[in-house]
Amino acid sequence: MRRGAFVRELLRRPQGAFGVGWLTLIVLSALISRFWTPLDPFDTDPYSAWLTPSFGHPFGTDSVGRDIFSYVFAATGTTVVVAVASGVVATVVGVGLAALGSLTARWVRESVAVLIDVLVAFPTLLIAMALAAAFGGSLTVVVVAVGVGYGVTIARVSRSEIRQVARTDYVLAARANGLGTGAVLRRHVLPNIAPVVVVQLSLSMATSVLAEAGLSFLGYGAPADTASWGRLLSDLQKFIGVHPGSVVWPGLAITLTVLALNLLGDAVRDASDPRLRSRRTGRGTPGSPSTPAPSTAPPRATAPGAAGTPTTPGVVS
Amino acid sequence: MTRFVVGRLLLFVGGLAVASVLIFATLRLLPGDVAQAIAGTTGSPEQVAALRQQLGLDRPVVVQYLDWAGGLVRLDLGESLVTGTPVIDEVLDKLAVTLPLAALSLVFGLLIGIPLGVTSALRRGRASGVVLGTGAQLLAAVPVVWAGMLLIGVFAVTLRLLPTQGFPADGWSEPGRALRSLVLPALTIGIVEGAVLLRFTRSAALGALDQDYVRTAAANGMTRSRALVKHGLPNVMLSVVSILGLQVAGLIVSAVVIEQLFTLPGLGRMLVTDVGRRDLTKVQGELMTLTTLVLFIGLVIDLVHRRLDPRLREGDR
Repeated sequence: MRRGAFVRELLRRPQGAFGVGWLTLIVLSALISRFWTPLDPFDTDPYSAWLTPSFGHPFGTDSVGRDIFSYVFAATGTTVVVAVASGVVATVVGVGLAALGSLTARWVRESVAVLIDVLVAFPTLLIAMALAAAFGGSLTVVVVAVGVGYGVTIARVSRSEIRQVARTDYVLAARANGLGTGAVLRRHVLPNIAPVVVVQLSLSMATSVLAEAGLSFLGYGAPADTASWGRLLSDLQKFIGVHPGSVVWPGLAITLTVLALNLLGDAVRDASDPRLRSRRTGRGTPGSPSTPAPSTAPPRATAPGAAGTPTTPGVVS
Repeated sequence: MTRFVVGRLLLFVGGLAVASVLIFATLRLLPGDVAQAIAGTTGSPEQVAALRQQLGLDRPVVVQYLDWAGGLVRLDLGESLVTGTPVIDEVLDKLAVTLPLAALSLVFGLLIGIPLGVTSALRRGRASGVVLGTGAQLLAAVPVVWAGMLLIGVFAVTLRLLPTQGFPADGWSEPGRALRSLVLPALTIGIVEGAVLLRFTRSAALGALDQDYVRTAAANGMTRSRALVKHGLPNVMLSVVSILGLQVAGLIVSAVVIEQLFTLPGLGRMLVTDVGRRDLTKVQGELMTLTTLVLFIGLVIDLVHRRLDPRLREGDR
């Protein structure tokens, strides 16, 4: 499919439009907040603690008088960096393992497959806690934990895809013509599994946003001088009995971002599926954002990505 | 069947072995070593060396690992580096909170997810179905910490119905009181996990509604909902069981974060504290316990699934 057609197909769906729209907003905020925030997000002022939302402080202020809007705005940077880094690491780990588990000699292939099956059961949070115990908490811990934890899921999903592609006639023909494994991977396999990987990439980023929030809440994610939605939740949690309203903002920011990534994953999957694309208006409920195609099989544990489910074992949330 | 059970048991044992190696290795990546970490910056080199010998750290790493892994088999998790007490005693003590919490969360999740999932499939295309589907999509993106905070906000500030913090100091000696303090945390996890289950159930039920047997039953005068409940539900439940392993893993991980929020003296909260104190023997034992739990539940669910599915049972004969 041509790139322009794919993007049109993606934006035509409400899920895709929301996903792309919200994520654009987050990325723009992240860029702008590097240079400018309405107020200094770390500027404390005991005289303006717990101000209610107003024009000057759209989300109000916290216990030490920090402007919650500026803080939430500045924290988009942390979210974007963590999500992109985790997504890249997870994809590299995942596709790398999947290639090892499908294109190599039989004994390598099969031991990697067993390893993937074993590793897929390990919750990301537990990996992160082990790393935090050794190195202390940091955003790197989040990235590595999600990269490895979700990477294995990507490996499991893309391994079966690669095996399918590897059995096709054009790959056989290319191999017969003397094309090496690396070239086959680059020219034939990767372009064919790209849609599946992009869906998984988007879900792995959703996982990383939840993981960062969870670990920062526990105190093992973002350091104190880094604005982070999870840290803000943890700061505000102590006063939840007195000021329950203030926790709405960081939580909403996390939820909408995760939702956008999940929906974007669904939309990419649908937009790249020719069977769904040819149908100009969906059967059943046109415009209902969450109606899957009637042909969608019930989700199975063996293909976590196939049903567009937002969960993997061990999503810290 | 025997073949399958043996294979699955091997995968379980292999998983435990890989987990023990990974956990042990990760914690040995610690810059410096355990003795240095305990002695801190004030310890003299002689003190550190003495400590190292006392803890057996002067032996080769492989010997240390075999020693620890040998202990695991005998349910001996070693002694805490901070208090010197056997780790297994404390772990068992904390499981008395974590296991009931996980079980109660699962009950809530199933009670929310399955009936609402079936309902939303039956109401596809109608307003109520769209609301349920969209609501579940949104809830599945909510960080569990935030869900907990909002519930605390509602129950502590507005309704004052349920305890929102802590657990009775005398444990389960008053079962009613102990159970009450688990309701809100379990409900938090149950709602978020229930949203995911709802989406699975919905998708499975939609698949079942398209099947010939439901159409035939409907043609014979049964209503579609009766036909689905009578003939489709066994199939729907089967797909739900197949993903339950992943769900339970997610649930146990959520419990780590939720125990922290609700200050419940469970395994997760102890893990978070011990990571902070760098009590590596304890962290090692706790991570191993949680991983074993996740792998064991995965094993049980796979075996149950195999037993329940008549098609797979047929193949075993």
